[in-house]
Amino acid sequence: MTVLIANMGGYVDDIRRGQIREAVVLSMMSNPEIGRLSSEEYQALIEKQVEVEERRLGLHIPFPIRSFRYLWNALTLNLGYAEQLTSDSGSKLVRLIILERLPATLVLFATAYILLFILAISAALFLSRRYGSFLDKVVVALTPSSAAPGWFYGIFLILIFASALKILPFGGLVDAPPPESRIAYFLSVCKHLVLPTAAIFISSIFLTIYSWRTFFLIYSSEDYVEMAKAKGLSSSQIERRYVLRPTLPTIITSFALMLIGLWTGAIVLETVFNWPGLGRLLYQAIGMHDTPVIVGSTVIYAYLLAVTVFLLDIIYALVDPRVKVGAGGARP
Amino acid sequence: MSRFWNTAKQLAHYPSAVVGLLIILGLVVLALYCLFTIPYSEAIRLWRGGEDIWGDYPKNAMPAWVNIFPGVDVPVTIKVDSAETPETKDVGEFQDGMRVTTIDLAFDYRHGDFPAEVSIFFTSTFESSRPFISAVWLTPDGREIRIADEAIGRTHSMRLSGNRTLQRRLGNQPAEVGFFLDPNSGDQQTALKGRYILRISAITFEESSAVDAKLVVYGKAHGLAGTDDRRRDLMVALLWGAPIALAFGFLAAVGTTVTTMLIAAVGVWFGGWVDFVIQRLTEINLVLPLLPILIMVGTFYSRSIWIMLGCVIVFGIFSSGIKTYRSMFLQVKESPYIEAARAYGASNFRIIFVYMIPRIIPVLVPQFVTLIPSYVFLEATLSVLGLGDPVLPTWGKVLSAANSQGALYKGYYYWVLEPSVLLMLTGLGFAMLGFALDRVFNPRLRGQ
Repeated sequence: MTVLIANMGGYVDDIRRGQIREAVVLSMMSNPEIGRLSSEEYQALIEKQVEVEERRLGLHIPFPIRSFRYLWNALTLNLGYAEQLTSDSGSKLVRLIILERLPATLVLFATAYILLFILAISAALFLSRRYGSFLDKVVVALTPSSAAPGWFYGIFLILIFASALKILPFGGLVDAPPPESRIAYFLSVCKHLVLPTAAIFISSIFLTIYSWRTFFLIYSSEDYVEMAKAKGLSSSQIERRYVLRPTLPTIITSFALMLIGLWTGAIVLETVFNWPGLGRLLYQAIGMHDTPVIVGSTVIYAYLLAVTVFLLDIIYALVDPRVKVGAGGARP
Repeated sequence: MSRFWNTAKQLAHYPSAVVGLLIILGLVVLALYCLFTIPYSEAIRLWRGGEDIWGDYPKNAMPAWVNIFPGVDVPVTIKVDSAETPETKDVGEFQDGMRVTTIDLAFDYRHGDFPAEVSIFFTSTFESSRPFISAVWLTPDGREIRIADEAIGRTHSMRLSGNRTLQRRLGNQPAEVGFFLDPNSGDQQTALKGRYILRISAITFEESSAVDAKLVVYGKAHGLAGTDDRRRDLMVALLWGAPIALAFGFLAAVGTTVTTMLIAAVGVWFGGWVDFVIQRLTEINLVLPLLPILIMVGTFYSRSIWIMLGCVIVFGIFSSGIKTYRSMFLQVKESPYIEAARAYGASNFRIIFVYMIPRIIPVLVPQFVTLIPSYVFLEATLSVLGLGDPVLPTWGKVLSAANSQGALYKGYYYWVLEPSVLLMLTGLGFAMLGFALDRVFNPRLRGQ
């Protein structure tokens, strides 16, 4: 699907053919030997060079066949060679380019999501106990702030902390030049991590707390919670065993949906913060019309989504005893 | 209708809903105002215009209202044109094959800060021999600074700020500093306040030949919104951003929610393979990342905002909403009144449109309202990635331009803040209204 859209109509091919021709003509003109050739020979040479270049990029294969080949390669993660971009180590393999960028993206998002998950759960539990209090009302009032995506808050954060107060860096992964020792490197990365993480955090924390608080409220009015109260269990025990346990599956589902939504928002966030991750790669590839890299990144994004959903399914099975993976005695 | 008023009455209890509604109303009024004052084609012409439209506007100027703060004194642009004020021109007699015209362009300067640039634009009419001009700058304390003596063409612009010779003559200072510097201000350079005169003597060599001059002292502040690096008044983009953002958000939200609901209803009602196909399509679509696909569409086909809108709607049809609506429709389908409708022989589509869909409208409305800002931000996101509509000015494009010109690094905060604040307001307005509607329509969520 993705692949088809990326190439549909062969319109891109026209652009790329034009680019090739231009590049060839330019390289010809800079060659002093050419001046001695007659104009027919000159034209013939250009045509030959263009054809060689088109063959190199695989443009001579008919379009539908090429699409299937792209598709198969994409599914098997054999993402081919980039046309313009190179990895830092100089490779043109799209797989290597993407692998090089992936850790940066994963570091940023793992940090942000783990923080978000832990803080949101504790805050939601806390507020569900103090339903209707001032703090609760503040959170409810702040919920609409989640209408804006992370990068939007990122701009504000850069404005305040980097531009006006000058205490945190504008963007990037580490200081330039990168520090020598491992500890200094780690600290430098942490410093650069603060603003992007905060941006993701602000853009989703209030809505998350609000909706999870509502889940907790629904479950804490169940009869068995009343029963536990009557038995005289401590409130922390009630919370852990009788409120948190049954709510977790619902919460994990909502978290999964949120993750899916936020993965794609990462593209702009990384661009705004100059974070050398997958999103920025995609942004650079757009600028260069580098089809294999764009398709490759999109495929990786789709895989990341699928992996996220799959992992959450496993966790789901772990926390909800009613979901049994592969259960059923009828199996042979 | 009474139901509508009931809802409105309930909504009035939520301050957030009232505020949200007010914001939305304000935006709609702004959008309508802008549609009537600056027509579509005019907006495009203005925004894509170059030196011919924006030549007299300062570059990267702050909004002029910063001057109302105490202690802030930012110069605004001063323009004196001899064509508009003929009394500045003293045309001599034509004798010995030439005529001397003196143009005195005078203005009062009342700022301590220096202007951003100084330029003189000449226009002249002649048959074959070009007029010769000499320009002198007179400061309030009586100094005279020679600017240039040269022959000019039919149109001639002197950008004095970039003029090297002049800079050397002024003691290695650019024209905007050298012309206005108070010689007694020492190291703490300040501008001299008072009446400055630019005196131009033009010698024309033909009976019908005439010369006009326009002096532009570019300020560092302009209008309500300031200007960008291409001298464009940001107000145009900020105004035009409103109708575009609202239209995009509204159409995308309508397009996706209505189609999603219809398809969910059809799937549930007919069941069987129809339902199966819809379910599988939704699952496939859920894994497809929307933004990268939009990016690819933008890169390879067209960046027109309307094409993008179409893609958003197409990909939004089989969204996760289908699952939610489906579970609701499944309940509705089993209700006795549907049974009754079937009994009197209502057709399939009559049941779907008249009996099923109205039942879930209350759930749909708040969702629809909260969806609008997310699409407004989607448009901004695409623009920031450089995939904005190529011709139309939008808030996202202003942000994108500011970002790519390093506005935050250079301290042009207004450039980033203005579109952001408008985006934020739009987002807040719809989100606040949406959350309040949600609580009115779905009292279950109100808690105990």
